[in-house]
Amino acid sequence: MVKSVTSLGHNGLSNWLLQRVSALVMTAYLIFMVGYFFANPSPSYEQWVSLHSSLAMRIFSLLTILSIAAHAWIGLWCVLTDYITVRLIGSKATPIRMFLQLAMIALILFYVIWAIDILWGI
Amino acid sequence: MKTKRPVNLDIGSIKLPITSYVSILHRVSGVVLFFAVALLLCIFDASLESAQSFESLKECFSSPVAQFVIWAALAALAYHFIAGVRHLIMDCGVGEDSFESGRRSAWLVVAVAVIVIASISGWVFLW
Repeated sequence: MVKSVTSLGHNGLSNWLLQRVSALVMTAYLIFMVGYFFANPSPSYEQWVSLHSSLAMRIFSLLTILSIAAHAWIGLWCVLTDYITVRLIGSKATPIRMFLQLAMIALILFYVIWAIDILWGI
Repeated sequence: MKTKRPVNLDIGSIKLPITSYVSILHRVSGVVLFFAVALLLCIFDASLESAQSFESLKECFSSPVAQFVIWAALAALAYHFIAGVRHLIMDCGVGEDSFESGRRSAWLVVAVAVIVIASISGWVFLW
């Protein structure tokens, strides 16, 4: 049975764990950023660039965008499989859902590549 | 098993508890945030590309439309974050013992979100 071919993990349990681990990574980044802007509400361009060109910060930002990618993939997969169903929208639901899932995956990959391009183009 | 059992999943005809609204809004804010990532990457890109793009980004932040869009993205992020922390706390076995505790923590999410989003409004529009 190939029911969840567009799911990120291979089973619900790994998705469950990935959703929470990615949430913790994003929480750490959010706390760091809020703290940064509290300490330095209006950074100069030089300060901002020097923050983001350190290797540690690049890795932190990369881990965050990968977490966003996994978190959005799992979350939107749940939303699409819950609402774009034959019962709710009719017989065309399956091809529509498949299209939306693939479009979502394409946009997620675009985000990741874009972020890497920004981070390593500084 | 009967396959033609009656189904009433017409959400509109059911009176939902606060926990449902907190959960639905968590989903809605998540979908909004998925698209807000594009906006945040645009801002991130402009902020790092050059000194000129950094300055023009700062100018852009003074326009009311830009402020509103940024406010909406930050408000969605704040709500999604707070409702997500509630789930993480419940995963640790805290506050998931009864419907009443779930209802209380859902109201707590609403209260904290109102305070945080009010602070964000102050920061974005008044600062």
